[in-house]
Amino acid sequence: MRLLEVQDLRVSFSTDDGIVEAVRGVSFDLDRSHTLGIVGESGSGKSVCTQTIVGLTRGATVTGNAFFDGVDLLTAQPDELRGIRGKRIGMIFQDPLSSLHPLYRIGWQIREMIQAHDSSMTRQQARTRAAELLGLVGIPHPEERLDDYPHQFSGGMRQRVMIAMAMALNPDLLVADEPTTALDVTVQAQVLAVMTRLQREFGTAIVLITHDLGVVAEVADDVVVMHAGVVMEHAPRRETFYHHHNPYTEGLFDSLPAVGAGRRRLTPIAGTPPSVIDLPPGCSFAPRCPYAFDRCWVSEPPLARVFGDVHHWSACWLPADLVARTAIRDRLRAETAAAGETAEGAAS
Amino acid sequence: MTASTAGSTATPLLEARAVSKEFPAGGTSLTGRATEVLHAVDRVDLEVFPGETVGLVGETGCGKSTLARCLARLYDVTAGEVWFDGRDVTHLSRREMRPLRRDIQVIFQDPYGSLNPRRRVGSIIGDAFAIHDLEKGAARKARVQELMELVGLNPEHYNRFPADFSGGQRQRIGVARALALRPRMIICDEPVSALDVSIQAQVLNLLIDLQDELGLTYLFITHDLSVVRHVSNRIAVMYLGRVVEQGTVEDIFDGARHPYTKALLSALPTPDPDVADSREHVVLSGDLPSAVDPPSGCHFHPRCPRARADCHEQQPPLEPVDGDPVDHTTACWHPLAHGESLTSAVPGLGIPAPEEGEP
Ligand SMILES: Nc1ncnc2c1ncn2[C@@H]1O[C@H](COP(=O)(O)OP(=O)(O)OP(=O)(O)O)[C@@H](O)[C@H]1O
Ligand SMILES: Nc1ncnc2c1ncn2[C@@H]1O[C@H](COP(=O)(O)OP(=O)(O)OP(=O)(O)O)[C@@H](O)[C@H]1O
Ligand code: SF4
Ligand SMILES: [Mg+2]
Ligand SMILES: [Mg+2]
Repeated sequence: MRLLEVQDLRVSFSTDDGIVEAVRGVSFDLDRSHTLGIVGESGSGKSVCTQTIVGLTRGATVTGNAFFDGVDLLTAQPDELRGIRGKRIGMIFQDPLSSLHPLYRIGWQIREMIQAHDSSMTRQQARTRAAELLGLVGIPHPEERLDDYPHQFSGGMRQRVMIAMAMALNPDLLVADEPTTALDVTVQAQVLAVMTRLQREFGTAIVLITHDLGVVAEVADDVVVMHAGVVMEHAPRRETFYHHHNPYTEGLFDSLPAVGAGRRRLTPIAGTPPSVIDLPPGCSFAPRCPYAFDRCWVSEPPLARVFGDVHHWSACWLPADLVARTAIRDRLRAETAAAGETAEGAAS
Repeated sequence: MTASTAGSTATPLLEARAVSKEFPAGGTSLTGRATEVLHAVDRVDLEVFPGETVGLVGETGCGKSTLARCLARLYDVTAGEVWFDGRDVTHLSRREMRPLRRDIQVIFQDPYGSLNPRRRVGSIIGDAFAIHDLEKGAARKARVQELMELVGLNPEHYNRFPADFSGGQRQRIGVARALALRPRMIICDEPVSALDVSIQAQVLNLLIDLQDELGLTYLFITHDLSVVRHVSNRIAVMYLGRVVEQGTVEDIFDGARHPYTKALLSALPTPDPDVADSREHVVLSGDLPSAVDPPSGCHFHPRCPRARADCHEQQPPLEPVDGDPVDHTTACWHPLAHGESLTSAVPGLGIPAPEEGEP
């Protein structure tokens, strides 16, 4: 059995402007000791999707299943969930400041958290465990720092405290929403190193939301690419980077400044992500897609296997065959290059 | 394309000469002293030549924005000189500064926070004309719409509010506003950091196109090394208020001498699994120390895997290492040889080891 199996998850919010279909049928699964990276532009539904799984979305209409070790988190009874959330599933949020209480000492906050889930622990045991955890995430002199307040810690240290708290009970699953986005690269590297080391030690499965494709290349085993509430592509890391099928994934990579390419023009994705209220029929990416053809405007492509690889899925009407798909891409590139040259020729 | 790195004979358009900026710091430190000084920028020398882009990189709090504000004369410097176009402008009065304000513009990081939400886009962009009492009425509107077109905004959206635009479009508004007075120099302080990659690409393209069309000179601040590599001709790396290494993009990315530069580069996540799997990972331990009470000697020594006794004692000068071109300078007593690795010096295989806390 997979540790986590999300099936056709749909989440919508009713607002004054209409129904916001934030997540429109997301499925993925995850094994122990594995890291799933979720990427996509702002508003694509990454946070809503994972927050719903861990039970943090309020006022939403939710359908689908999210099996965690066989228990459906979306329909389980509250007391069954209490034993899972926070204890077997740890969470790290994007903003470390808002998730630590500013008026309580760091040590107290970690202790409370431990004792809430494990009432057999004495105060002293919980304190010792808290210090141990701070040491584990690389905070110097953890015993002394237990009595500090959050503001006495730097951003990177606070984020490491959040990891310590999320990892406190050796969870089977860690859900981390942009855990390093607010951090400098050197601190980000520290935090990622801590996460992967804990994963190696305890076999934790990690869902990592990030907008940074570099971070994904560093730590993810599999990658889910989201756009307008759906999974556009789901593949192992190397396939995502080197043999993507979906035009949206291709667009994300073409937008990146490439190493060694110098001051060349980048190729941004056209337009902006669509509003997820009253989405028109067809593929949500069609209005931005350089490959869009008749069918794309009429019906929404399902997430289907591509390139003859059982682990590679893409939601796109383009051919699922590697040779055919590559030929189409090469033709588009040649056309774009030719158009660019004529435009330049006309201008000069 | 742009002018390549100018020779040392050319006059810099913008120059910092031993610029320092201090801020008073409160008495909340561990030592409890009431009046302390925060050394945000500490004797920085920096030259930006006409038509080039100089990238300024470094961790949060190292003084990038403060230096930028000193150079744009938005802050008075504590010591040192700011030169613009061959002229010492350090102590010009407000009035004397006016023409200079037109020549140097700043684009700020936050496309959401830096635009007044209650004002229409047309008047936000037209502000510069109002301040300098230029172009009135219909002429001003025509100029603003011209600018909107230049940065790829629909001129008909003149009367809309910032909230009606996407993040990338808002950053374009900022660019249009900065371009209004035809500046020669634009200081970009993290102009794309808050944007999604596809929108970031649009804004970077725009900035590069404008530079090619209008011959602009950029000082480009970012903590994103892949962005800085993409846009810059030369790069200056800052650490705790000081420039620790400076050189061309190739000097820095292929021939970094300073251990901090090397560590910064190795921490940069690369969107390429093969590279990510094979390259050396140096994970620096600890955080940026306090600028109120910076470490002695080389500021980097508490985190530096190569530090020896002499590093604690004296500040290393920013100079070319033997054999390096004159414009590739490094402030380090034990610079890396070409191709030398830092990992050998790091205990614990890149896992942050608990280290000494603050003094
Ligand atoms: N409580 C809510 N009520 C109404 N709409 C919501 C609510 N929460 C999220 N949304 C909408 O759902 C969509 C998905 O939001 P979500 O926060 O999941 O995006 P995201 O992919 O995490 O983006 P980011 O990268 O900016 O964090 C957005 O359009 C958002 O505005
Ligand atoms: N107006 C101010 N008053 C007091 N201290 C300041 C002020 N502005 C900046 N500082 C301090 O000066 C130092 C340098 O800050 P600065 O904003 O220049 O850093 P930065 O390199 O731009 O960082 P970031 O990458 O986070 O933008 C920091 O320690 C900061 O706290
Ligand atoms: S001077 Fe010493 S401490 Fe500073 S970077 Fe060089 S080797 Fe490291
Ligand atoms: Mg989010
Ligand atoms: Mg700054």
